[in-house]
Amino acid sequence: MIRERFEHDLIAVQQDLMEICDLSIDSLQTAFKAFVNKDIDLALQVIKTDLKINRLEETINDRVILLIAKQQPVATDLRRLIVVIKAATDMERIGDHAVNIAKETIRIGKEPFVSSIEPIEEMFHKSILMLRQIVEAFLEENTTKAKEIAQLDDEVDELTGNTISNLMKLTVSNEQVSQITSLSYVCRCIERSADHATNIAEHLFYLLKGKHYELNN
Amino acid sequence: MVQILTEFNGTRHAVHEINSKSIVMQSNNFNLWYGSNHALKDINLNMQENEVTAIIGPSGCGKSTYIKALNRMVELVPIVRTAGEISYRGRNIFANGYEVEELRTKVGMVFQKPNPFPKSIYDNIAYGPRIHGIKNKKILDEIVEKSLRGAAIWDEVKDRLNENAYGLSGGQQQRICIARCLAIEPDVILMDEPTSALDPISTLKVEELVQEMKEQYSIVIVTHNMQQAARISDKTAFFLNGEVIEFDQTDTIFSTPSDQRTEDYISGRFG
Repeated sequence: MIRERFEHDLIAVQQDLMEICDLSIDSLQTAFKAFVNKDIDLALQVIKTDLKINRLEETINDRVILLIAKQQPVATDLRRLIVVIKAATDMERIGDHAVNIAKETIRIGKEPFVSSIEPIEEMFHKSILMLRQIVEAFLEENTTKAKEIAQLDDEVDELTGNTISNLMKLTVSNEQVSQITSLSYVCRCIERSADHATNIAEHLFYLLKGKHYELNN
Repeated sequence: MVQILTEFNGTRHAVHEINSKSIVMQSNNFNLWYGSNHALKDINLNMQENEVTAIIGPSGCGKSTYIKALNRMVELVPIVRTAGEISYRGRNIFANGYEVEELRTKVGMVFQKPNPFPKSIYDNIAYGPRIHGIKNKKILDEIVEKSLRGAAIWDEVKDRLNENAYGLSGGQQQRICIARCLAIEPDVILMDEPTSALDPISTLKVEELVQEMKEQYSIVIVTHNMQQAARISDKTAFFLNGEVIEFDQTDTIFSTPSDQRTEDYISGRFG
């Protein structure tokens, strides 16, 4: 085995990717916990953590660019590095959605919810399952698990559509309209996070097969 | 374009293409031995018109032996024995009665180290045409200018054609050798690691030149520089231990090779 330095750097950059995955998923979970419990302090903590996620994404990009420039990888090695950049971007966007949920939590404040948030919780749990599963699939390079994620994404999309539609049908006072908008936006952020999980599943297919796959139509 | 994948000895071995371009050189089950050493084993490759075919592989894999077989230079080694065939424009070059001089007029070669003659730039280029009986000064002048232009070096040497070619830089000398090769109007140009002795700028000039030359010639290039093969060739053959492991479009070889050994080699994991 030659190119030990390259192998070492490749492993290091993949560990960075796993770190940004953990940080972003944790951030999304914390944001949702803050939303459910109307915990403003926790919501503020999510906004603070996002800076760390953004910096880590930049570090990953810089490291990958240096590796490409210095080691001139080809074939699977090159795809692996490109996929790391793309997956890190998806994870950074999940961190941004966590921030959006945190901001809506602050906006809603201590007002009681205008309707049950159970459907939103269901969407959230499915999305978190998808995100945890894509990290596993990535570590194991398991395309079967990656395919299952796309199926879950369809369920999340359907739930989002129904939940937002039900929120729009509610008869509420003028003061409560703003909360309906916030709740709809929280739904949209969860649904977009699930989309990013599907994107990463597609990146995994590209890495392993060398072709582009659309897993979710 | 239709691609037919062939299986040979259980290995995905070659891609034959049926398209508008015709085959210039073709090897069919070509084998070569140095004494008892079986250096090339059942080589099946097609080189197409106006394309650059790169041959890559680790040292000792047979790539230089193969390119030297394409113009029968390999016959200069007394212990060499061959079987199978290599054809140029449909004729087996190893067949009885095929004149080696006739072959080398059509299949020119550029070597690893620039090897100009210890003569003037002009005489280096005019050497081949003179051997072929051209004595008319005006015609020779035209050939020299055309060849030097074809090798992208005319502007650098046009005012010092009578100076000794040894006074030029390595990169310029190599382009003089390419011009000398063009002067006999070949059909195929074989290049055996033509840039390995050159600095990066001269290397890029030769690479650009290869890209321009393929409009008129068919080129086979042996290179140790995989990025060079990726940059300039249309098809790439990967040789290992005297066998062709994979032969395919260069884009495919460097992105999604079929054979793990190809992937390991181009990724720098052995060789």
